[in-house]
Formats: sequence, structure tokens, C-alpha cells
Amino acid sequence: MTKTAVTFRLNGAETAIFVDGGQNLLDVLRRGVGDLSPKYGCGQGGCGGCSVLVDGTLRLACITLAESVDGASVETAAGLADGPRLHPLQKAFMEGFAAQCGYCTPGMLMAARALLDANPDPAREEVVEAISGNLCRCTGYEPIIDAILAAAADLRGGAAR
Amino acid sequence: MTTFEMRKEYFADERPEDLKEIGRPTIRQDILGHVTGRSRFYDDHLFDGLLHMRCVRSPHHHARVRAIDASAAEAMPGVRRIVRSGDVPKNLNTLLSLLGFGRDDEPLITPETVGYRGEPVLAVIAETEAAARAAVRAVRVDWDVLPHVLDVEAALAPDAPIVNSEYPNNSFDYHDRYDHQKLRFGDVDRAFQGAERIVEGRYRMSPIEQAPMETCGAIAVPESNDRFTCHTSTQALFFSLATTAKLLDLPSAKLHFIGGTVGGGFGGKVDSVVEPMSVLGAQLTGRPVKFMWDREEEMQVGAPRGAEMWDIRDGLDRDGRIIARRFTGYFDAGAYTRLSSYAVVKAVGHLPGPYTIPNVAANVYCVFTNRTPATAMRGFGITGVDFAIECQMDRAAEAAGLDPVAFRILNAYRDGDMKAHRRLAKNTALIECCQVAAEKAGWPLDGTALSQSSLSGGGGARASVPETATDGEGRIGERRRRALPAEPLAGSGPRGRLPEGTIRGSDVAAAPPQRMDMGPGSGPDLESFVVPPLPAAPSPATGPVPHQPPIAPSTAASSPAAPATPTAPATPATPAAGDSMLAARLRRSRFLAGTRRR
Repeated sequence: MTKTAVTFRLNGAETAIFVDGGQNLLDVLRRGVGDLSPKYGCGQGGCGGCSVLVDGTLRLACITLAESVDGASVETAAGLADGPRLHPLQKAFMEGFAAQCGYCTPGMLMAARALLDANPDPAREEVVEAISGNLCRCTGYEPIIDAILAAAADLRGGAAR
Repeated sequence: MTTFEMRKEYFADERPEDLKEIGRPTIRQDILGHVTGRSRFYDDHLFDGLLHMRCVRSPHHHARVRAIDASAAEAMPGVRRIVRSGDVPKNLNTLLSLLGFGRDDEPLITPETVGYRGEPVLAVIAETEAAARAAVRAVRVDWDVLPHVLDVEAALAPDAPIVNSEYPNNSFDYHDRYDHQKLRFGDVDRAFQGAERIVEGRYRMSPIEQAPMETCGAIAVPESNDRFTCHTSTQALFFSLATTAKLLDLPSAKLHFIGGTVGGGFGGKVDSVVEPMSVLGAQLTGRPVKFMWDREEEMQVGAPRGAEMWDIRDGLDRDGRIIARRFTGYFDAGAYTRLSSYAVVKAVGHLPGPYTIPNVAANVYCVFTNRTPATAMRGFGITGVDFAIECQMDRAAEAAGLDPVAFRILNAYRDGDMKAHRRLAKNTALIECCQVAAEKAGWPLDGTALSQSSLSGGGGARASVPETATDGEGRIGERRRRALPAEPLAGSGPRGRLPEGTIRGSDVAAAPPQRMDMGPGSGPDLESFVVPPLPAAPSPATGPVPHQPPIAPSTAASSPAAPATPTAPATPATPAAGDSMLAARLRRSRFLAGTRRR
């Protein structure tokens, strides 16, 4: 099978890998590059577990062709923290019990990140809309919505608490 | 020194004695991994040379394999091994055999006759997932399609197709010789004769898929010490290890299972199917092998909470006390036993619910049908019959002309009462729960209901074990279904005259059917099933219904009348939701039409 060279920035780091024709970004991130934070939940674009940002736009890695991210910047939940300093979303999810089994969490965080990058002061309804493509089966959505609103407030407050 | 005292002595500094955590927020110890994406689920382990295993599955509910031609698949690039039923060292098991309960009835890879759609008959191991999928498609199976049965009553009919050759009567054998689990307490027949009112109802619950975000799977790795490491999504690590050891005829010391970080389970990850498959693959190839269900397999062959059907007949006295209650229950096990036999035992121990009723009888069947085998899910064995009981309570209250909450308080068990399984009730709190729920809902209760307490009024005559009615042979009832009295089951068709005051319940469905008999092309995915998404405001057309039972829990599942709430998405529809539907006079067809999102 023909291999294609793809280069992209993954969480700021230059990355190069050969991919198969038709290979999806989720598979390349997980098995090719070793970033295991995006998760397989359905492989059909139906659950949001593989949500990542491509050039700042929220994308579902399982239905994104790996070749299409050539030259792009890809961000995953693994790159949210700044070294040991957690992103306000991560802190809010921890403190607000917004993760139970944790499987949907990386995707949920990226959907929330995309929202807050575009809209620092979202209304509750806008948070609901922003994560409407992400299924959660055990935490329940309310603590997640609360955590995203808390993180937004934290980010608007500027410096870390 | 008792264990408890030791704990107090040695761990005194580690845990305060006045442990009060409920109602306080706490930080999960594993949450740092979750929010940084570093928690390692079974599939978050990378191995050089990982192979992928996939199954050839039956497209039929019930069929016999005449022949399998895997020659084309075997010759395809990337294919490393075809795995046949004969490759499984001990290819017959039942999950509860580890507890000595039930007979081995299910192969890991089926050699001849399949009993449900999706049952595996062959497996392929290949270098990539794509190669494994292509090879599976290239396998030709010559099927002899057999008549199937998908309904518990039809499965118990004398001419029904035999689903499971180990249980040719299509029912699990209890205590080696009975086709049902029985409960007898007092004499229901005599009590019915003296009853002021008889209230009957039939209640059904469809299968419910646990739908975990992470599908079931395992990766097995041959180690240099002649052992196999198995990374698995299981909820039951040692149970899965022992099941694998049994099927593969391996000493358990050869197996090292690693798990515990589970991407949602809800009972659907205890059946120990993926682990023996992956270890078998690693044995046969000498390489790491992943056996992972995709979403379609999770929804179609992943064992759901099984369907249930309950017939309940109550006898009430003039004051509205329930003096007799009889159950006939049917658990749909699907094609194999798995854990359904145990669910029935658990259910019977739960009867007649949290009420003190002096005469109780139950016959409960674990029935085999050609549906996906059922297994555990959140409180299984209890949830279905509780749905039935609480719907029945509303119906009986209506028949007696009593407030439904007051009716529950009137019949609630109290400390010191004898329960039907002959244990004294203690720490009862149904009365107080009803009172608090009514208060919070703004539901008015009369002074009598408000003045009751679980701590008083129980015991005494209510603590006695009534004499159990026996027949002329000193038996407490029939051994098998064909010896049952000729009276038809409630709701099952034409029947004789019912006593004055009889109320007949119509069918009440707790949840829409979620699998089986889907139209061609409607593959089971997350979109075509009701997996509760974010809460949405009820639309005007399906908004509040006029009669909302006062003790409606806040966790009603998705339905036209009760919008999904996000707090307990894996919990099935509640009695309140079911009865709201009835009260709103929603037609069953409309109810079912609401089960698919498209």
C-alpha cells in the first residue's frame, strides 16, 4: 500500500509520519504517533470521544483523513496542560467531579476548549450546544457544563487562582 | 480480636471514625489521569507487531452451519491465522460454572448451530484491522436457516424451536428439576377468594444496551516467561481470568490480567468473551493480539439487560390493604444462560417489593429465545420487576380509590415485619421516603399518611410466618409449567369472567425495543439507538402530561413524555415514566415511533 508522508504540529511539536491511504487521524495519532488521549468510541463520528482541534477548529479524528492535516496544527487533550500546570478546564473538571470513567473526558475537554477559544463568556445554552456532539454515559452532563462555565470564569479572571 | 477491632487499631490514623463523606464534594483519586488524557484504558497500550482479530458472525437468529470456506480469506495478504471452533481447547462454558451454578451451554466459537444474530463461527487474525475486516468478508458460510423464536411465551410453547440444546425446554433448570424459581408465602388462592377487589396487570421491559463509551476489548501479549498478559476492559478481572483459564484449558498461573480502568461498564463488561479470544489469538500466533468490538458489535452482540415480562395479580381488602399478590415472571435470557439464571433468583428474593403482604406466590422463568444473550446491568434482576410492581401499585391505588402515595404508605413494610422470603424486615424507610418525596413534590398527604412511621406498627402478627398452602401430595405447587392451572395469563387473550371490581392493566412498556428485527441496512450504531444526549427542553407537543405520579424519580429515561435527564443515563425507564405515558393516552405505536432518532 502506498505510504504518504504527512507533517504537522502536534501540540506545538513538529511531527512527521508515513500514513496509509484512507487512514484516519485517530489511528495515526494513537498508533502512529503514540498520543493516546483521543479515544475510539464509535468510529462513526457519533460520540465525540476523538475530538481534536485542527488549526483551531474542532474535528472528529475518526472521520478525518490523516493526509488532510498535512501542514496543519493539531491539538489534543494531551497538550492542554502547560507542563505541570493544568489548564483551567482541567482544574475545573477535577474540582467539579466532571469526569467519572474518564473515557469521554479528553474529547469533552477539546470541545470545551474550542468553545472558550471562540467565546470566552458563553451562556449555559452555548455550552450545551458546544458539547452536543459529545456523549457521556456515566458522569452526567450537568457537572461537565458547570465545570466549563467555571473554567470560563477562571480564564476571564486572568491569572491563576 | 475481630477484624473490625483490628481495623480500628491499626488504621486509626488513616480514617476518621466519624466518616461523613456523603453530600461533600471530593476529588477522585484517578481524575488527574482522566483530565490529562493519561489514564490508561486497555487499548492505551502499544505493542510492536500487534495483530488484530475479528469474527465471522451469523446474520441469522437461528441457523446451522453446513460448511465454512475460509480458503480465500486465508490466502489474503496480511492474514496470519484462521481460528476455528476446534482451536478452542474446551469450547463450552457457562459463566456461573465458577460458582457451580448451571450447565455449560455456550461455545466461545460456535461449531455448528448459532442461536442469535451475531454469534461467532470463525475468527481471523491479521496484520491490520483493515486486513482482518477484508478477510472476514471473504469467508463463505453455507447456512441452513432454522425457525427462530424471539418471544418468551412463544419459546415456552410445546412446538417452539429449541434454542439451546443444553436446555431443550427453552427454560433454565432450577435445582436440577424445576423449570422456574418459586416463592410461596401463605395461601394466595384462599386470600383471593376473600378479596374485595382483584387488580391485574402485565408489564414488559425491553432489552437495554449498556452502551459504554469504550467498547469491550482485550489485548493479549505472550510474555518471555511462558505466560500471557491480558489488558482488558473487563469489570470482573478475576472472573474473566478464571473463565479464560477454563476455556483455554490453561493453569490460571499462566495468565496475568491487567485492568480496572474501564471506559464505562454498567454490567456489560462482565461476560468474559473478549479475553479468552485475545489470549487464544496470542497463543496461536505467538504475537500480541487485540480483539476489540467495534460500535456495531457492541450494540448487536454485546449482552444487554434482558427483556422481562411480569404478570401481577393483587387481591385487596375493603380498606385497600393488599392481602394477596401473585407473580408470574419471565426473564428473556437470549440464546445462552450467561447471568440470567442468577437474575431470576435475585428477583424472586426481592418479591413482593417493599410491602408487607401476608400471601405471596411467584413462579419465575428464565427463558431461552433467539435474541442476543442477556447479562448484568445496574441492579439487574430487580429493576424490571420494580418497574412492574410500582406500575401495579399505581393501578391498584386507582382501583381502591386511594391516593397512590397514601396507598404505598398503607401497604409499606415496617421494622419487625416478616418478609416473603422469611427474613425480618429491619431499617425499613419506605414510609419516610414517601413522606419526604411527597413534601418535596408538593403532593398533599392526609394526616393519617403523614403520621405513619416505619419504626412503629410493625411486628406482632405481621412478624409471623403464615402456614404455606400445600397440595394433596404435600407439595407447594407444580414443578413445571405444563402442570400449571389452565387459567390463561393476564392479558394473554380471551379469558373467563373476572371477579367483580377487577381492573385489568393494559400492556405497559418500560423502554422501547432496542435491538433485533431492525430493518435491512439499519446498522446498529449510536445514532439509531437512544443514547441519552444532552438534556433538551421538552417541546410543546410532548410537554408535561396531566397526570404525573408524585414520586416520579428524577431519572426517567428518554421518552416522548419524559425528556432525558442527564444524571443517570444508564437507568431504564421508570414506572412513573411508563404510567405517565399511559395517562397521557399516548398510543403504543407513537411510543415506539419515538424510539429511533431517525
